[in-house]
Amino acid sequence: MNRRKFLKTVAISGAVVAVSPALTGSFKAEAKGEGLKKRTLEEAMKDILKGKKPVESEKVKLIAPSIAENGAVVPIKVSVVEPIENVKAIHIFAEKNPDPWTVSAHLTPQNGKPYFATRIRLAKTMNVYAVAELSDGSAIMAKKAVKVTIGGCG
Amino acid sequence: MARTALIKIKPRRYKKGDIVRVDSVIMHPMYNGLIKDKKTGKPIPPHYITDVEVYYGDQLITKIDVNASVSANPYFSFNLKVDKEAPLKMIWKDNKGEITEKVIQIKPRG
Repeated sequence: MNRRKFLKTVAISGAVVAVSPALTGSFKAEAKGEGLKKRTLEEAMKDILKGKKPVESEKVKLIAPSIAENGAVVPIKVSVVEPIENVKAIHIFAEKNPDPWTVSAHLTPQNGKPYFATRIRLAKTMNVYAVAELSDGSAIMAKKAVKVTIGGCG
Repeated sequence: MARTALIKIKPRRYKKGDIVRVDSVIMHPMYNGLIKDKKTGKPIPPHYITDVEVYYGDQLITKIDVNASVSANPYFSFNLKVDKEAPLKMIWKDNKGEITEKVIQIKPRG
């Protein structure tokens, strides 16, 4: 191998090495578990519900405090007045968080009743949405305004 | 490293066919990537739970997808229809690949 050829190979392999971390970096950002994605409520709902538009309904019962002193811990309770066979999943969205999607619970008939409770963080005063995905393909939701005195997103 | 996790069944006494509530808590900081370290001023990298799976016997009964906006030491509560004596297993997975498992026995009485 002469000098010119050697330099060429080194240059090419160097370029490949330089490109590959950039590629994997951009790929990783798409993957799950890489921190919060910034998106709006509409985008988040579209992603999670796969394009379905939820309709407001009395059947979804969302229990949340109307005033939460500490935004870092806001208890949320969701139950759906429907037989469990009809409910596939319960999703919780917080409108003005950096990423509105918070949690999704995928239920099965073994759960007995469609009920889910957890504690979430809220950045500021906003609406909280609970969406129930039904097995017939539709989605129903309830919303509640929660006033937050101290935000909980850092 | 296994984290501390708790599962409680409410009410404590139940029969076959009852619907009980399962409460679970795991100790986890749930860093979302926005909080800054008070000493160095640098943001703490995201570290949070992404998946929770619940098995009753060997059947997967509930799967919970979690985002970083769930509070620290996440609490999840759901219902369970008791129809057999079997272990209830919960598996928590976080974005750094840590896995925590906790098993309790479901023993219906009467």
